[in-house]
Amino acid sequence: MIYFDKVTKTYLDNLKALDEVTLSIEPKEMVTIVGHSGAGKSTLIKMLLAEDEPTTGSVYFESVDIHSLKRSLLTQYRRRIGIIFQDFRLLPHKTAYENVAFAMEAAGRSDEEIESDVPYALELVDLREKIWNFPSELSGGERQRVAIARAIVNQPDVLVADEPTGNLDPMNTYDVVQILKKIHDLGTTVILTTHNKGVVDSIDKRVVTMEKGKIIKDVKHGKLTL
Amino acid sequence: MMTSMKRILRAGFLAFWRNSVVSVASVFVMTVTLSVIGSIIFTQVTLQTTLAQISDKVDVNVYFVTTAREEDILAVKTALEGLPEVAATEYVTKDKVYQDFRTRHENDSLTLQALDELEENPLGAILNVRAKETSQYASIAQFLETSDLLKKNETPIIDKVNYQQNRAAIDKLAAIIASSEKIGLFVTAILVVMSILITFNTIRLAIFTSKDEITVMRLVGASSAFSRGPFIVQGIMAGLSSAVIALAIFYPLTYWLAPFTTDFFSGLNLFSYYVDNFPQFFLMIMGSGIALGSISSVLAVRKYLKV
Repeated sequence: MIYFDKVTKTYLDNLKALDEVTLSIEPKEMVTIVGHSGAGKSTLIKMLLAEDEPTTGSVYFESVDIHSLKRSLLTQYRRRIGIIFQDFRLLPHKTAYENVAFAMEAAGRSDEEIESDVPYALELVDLREKIWNFPSELSGGERQRVAIARAIVNQPDVLVADEPTGNLDPMNTYDVVQILKKIHDLGTTVILTTHNKGVVDSIDKRVVTMEKGKIIKDVKHGKLTL
Repeated sequence: MMTSMKRILRAGFLAFWRNSVVSVASVFVMTVTLSVIGSIIFTQVTLQTTLAQISDKVDVNVYFVTTAREEDILAVKTALEGLPEVAATEYVTKDKVYQDFRTRHENDSLTLQALDELEENPLGAILNVRAKETSQYASIAQFLETSDLLKKNETPIIDKVNYQQNRAAIDKLAAIIASSEKIGLFVTAILVVMSILITFNTIRLAIFTSKDEITVMRLVGASSAFSRGPFIVQGIMAGLSSAVIALAIFYPLTYWLAPFTTDFFSGLNLFSYYVDNFPQFFLMIMGSGIALGSISSVLAVRKYLKV
């Protein structure tokens, strides 16, 4: 489904954020990418979202090189990917409901679909009571749950979570991990980056370990042994 | 398409309302810009009116000899009116000239007595000639000096043309008018460009604070148009609000200035001018506001849409 083919990303200072990374992810798989800060996890996610271009190599989604897509097709592609960020990245002047609805509006969904699916998505992340709150009126855990609702509301093929628990306390971390596992159980491919050992251990799925821009370990069912 | 438009409009309106601090700052700067543009229009009108009034006071008088026949004078008048430089001519008969002279000297009994002792009217007819532009009097004067119409049987029918004696004053005035127009246009262009740049930078700064927001919009699958749309709506709303405020400010301002401009600029009532030309002002200020807001937003957002 997703294939990184010898992807290298070199920045202006000749620092290699990714060094000939080759990685294959199958449909409905849950992959946890681990590594210290600067290992290349976030750069890998940026490549997958086509937020940044590889210096060499290609990233394929269903055999299509995503970096060769035209702008309109890239937009279509991104609608098939749900994204969750460490810093939530909610739209600050929109309520929880409007943030989730935005992803559906952007995908061209009808008003009827939005009115039925947004409350449902927010209910899935246990935020039904706060749908009219603005991000500034929510706690970190609640914001991340809104971000998860936004990411899943279009029923994406792949859910990408870049350090989703990085800014959360243990209780909220546990909640978020349980939600991600639930989403995976429902048949969505989930790619998660983290450096939290507890998160990796509790997921107990495929673990890809990165260091200095390279993949140094790839185990099917793993515990974190950095 | 309609649904997208509706969503973009709603998102832009809500963002304008909710992001009130940035919106107020944009509206304030744009109000200043539109006020400057409006003030420039008033200044141009004042300048043009003043220059037109000064130009109207300049003319060339052709003094005919007393023996010149009326049909010859009228032939000269017709010939002058055929010149592209001539705006208007006025024929003053020798009787009228005589009457005007008497009226002008009604308190000068000595002059009137001398006039009465003459058996004939010693004053010839006059042709007042006004050019379209002050700078065109020279070519009219040249025509008068060389035209065959001005001689009958080799006897000149013109006594004198007062262009040469007024030439220095007319040339100086023409130069002042031309310079004033050029300087006015230059200052206007500078002020308009400065105002537009200030507005553009304010909106760019406002959108810079939302650059992460634009990135997120793109990453969750929003098209460029869908991401850009709400910011353009916000820009247009800032432009509309600023235009309404600027137009509202001009009402009391011109009312207050009217007595001064009427006295100082020979009857130019700025308030009446504003009220009489309000539709044009409305379109110009509103149009400028909308154009400034939308174009600045499009240019400012473009940079962040490359994700």
